[in-house]
Amino acid sequence: MAAPCNLSGSCIPSLFKKYLMALTGFVMVGFVLVHMMGNLQMFRGPDAINQYAHFLKTLPGALLWGMRGFLIVAIGVHVWMAILLTKENRAARPQGYLKQAVVRATWASRTMGLSGSLLLFFIVFHVLHFTTRVIFPEYQMEDYYTILEGDVVFNVYQMVVDSFSKPWVTGFYLFAMGALCLHLSHAVWSMFQTLGWTNKRTRPMLKGLARVYGWVIFIGFVVVPLGVISRILPPMMGDEEVIILSIEAEPFDSESL
Amino acid sequence: MKLFLKIWRQPNAAAVGAFEDYVLDNISPDASFLEMLDQLNEQLITQGKEGVAFDHDCREGICGMCSLTINGIAHGPRRATTTCQLHMRHFRDGETVTIEPFRARPFPVLRDLVVDRSAFDKIIQSGGFISVRTGSAPEANQTLVAKPDADRAMDAAECIGCGACVAACKNASAMLFVSAKIVHLNTLPQGAPEKNRRLLNMVKTMDEAGFGNCSNYGECEAVCPKGIPLDFIGQLNREWAVAKMKDIVSGVE
Repeated sequence: MAAPCNLSGSCIPSLFKKYLMALTGFVMVGFVLVHMMGNLQMFRGPDAINQYAHFLKTLPGALLWGMRGFLIVAIGVHVWMAILLTKENRAARPQGYLKQAVVRATWASRTMGLSGSLLLFFIVFHVLHFTTRVIFPEYQMEDYYTILEGDVVFNVYQMVVDSFSKPWVTGFYLFAMGALCLHLSHAVWSMFQTLGWTNKRTRPMLKGLARVYGWVIFIGFVVVPLGVISRILPPMMGDEEVIILSIEAEPFDSESL
Repeated sequence: MKLFLKIWRQPNAAAVGAFEDYVLDNISPDASFLEMLDQLNEQLITQGKEGVAFDHDCREGICGMCSLTINGIAHGPRRATTTCQLHMRHFRDGETVTIEPFRARPFPVLRDLVVDRSAFDKIIQSGGFISVRTGSAPEANQTLVAKPDADRAMDAAECIGCGACVAACKNASAMLFVSAKIVHLNTLPQGAPEKNRRLLNMVKTMDEAGFGNCSNYGECEAVCPKGIPLDFIGQLNREWAVAKMKDIVSGVE
């Protein structure tokens, strides 16, 4: 009766897979909002964003890694379920139509797999770029540290400004945020529908909310690279640089990065 | 009217099918789509050729037998209309019309445009019985049903099980069909005692039949000849979670 249970998930009820998709999606929908608001600290000046980043990185290890682990698990489950569901969906129609019209489904809904795959690639790039800083190893050098209230802190502001001064980086980030906007404009209402928290009256409202949310997140994120390009966020050229050079390498404990 | 038809022909389930082109003239704009196919078949038979097989029965939009994906849309271009109730005046003279069977793994093509939709029957069967007294008709006011509940159940009961939802869904998901059956019986007091068991069994049978998963595209709702709304899928999702919880905690027999 029961299908053999393995990673292919044939034993997992379809609706359970959809629930996991929605719940892990919910975690990420919340995360992008917090992340976006954090990014906007850029506009309050270098000290604000550097202090905020320093605060996050110096959180107790258990809390920081707990949150990171939670997000990694959420992304992992989301991707895993997406793969299982997509495989099943494709298998459900071995012979396609010669002609298939789209009556109501939005472009966003039909390209969730594409936008999702692009976002997964973006997330990996983004973490290697700004968190582990291996894409541009120069960000690991001591030029990128500054003094804030007596502490040596990483100069996130300078890293962001330098990064978005490279046109291809800016281009890729803008493109990825477009994909995020598209993904969210279906995801946010779809999540409520999958969890069954919709009815005739609320569904149009939730669809509207999803679009607004997608645009708010998009705008909130792209203003940073656009701010760099337009010099609203100018490069830091101050006395700090002189001080930075005089600091020894010793305080740059990789644990605190 | 004159139409250029592109129709899927397949002699039997095992055979490899292909599209064939036909030209049909002198079509009355008042003919139904199925009458147009009847006319084509008469022409083919006169020419000594095999007629095109297609499903049909009541021809008044209530039996759920007719199907067909017409120009890429299940039941054709008119909203809330079955193929048998679709009239030729909704097509242009000289238009090319592509006619395909409903496509889904659980709906194998038997011949030409006829597909086997017994996967739906299996889902219905797995839903089981409802507890009502048999024998003489019950007294009219014995079981009271609130008006909004009666209306909602009736809206769901409109589903004729034609399979257009599956045909239109990019994932070939049967969620709209299953949700209509679930909402129909779970909303009424007569269906309440078996509510959870019915829901879990029907979803399980749906999964085993090989239908795809719901991605909330909304194409099913758009093509449904009976206007079954996506809300019902929402209710199915909600009630499934509750039923599954109960099953895990105390077991749903």
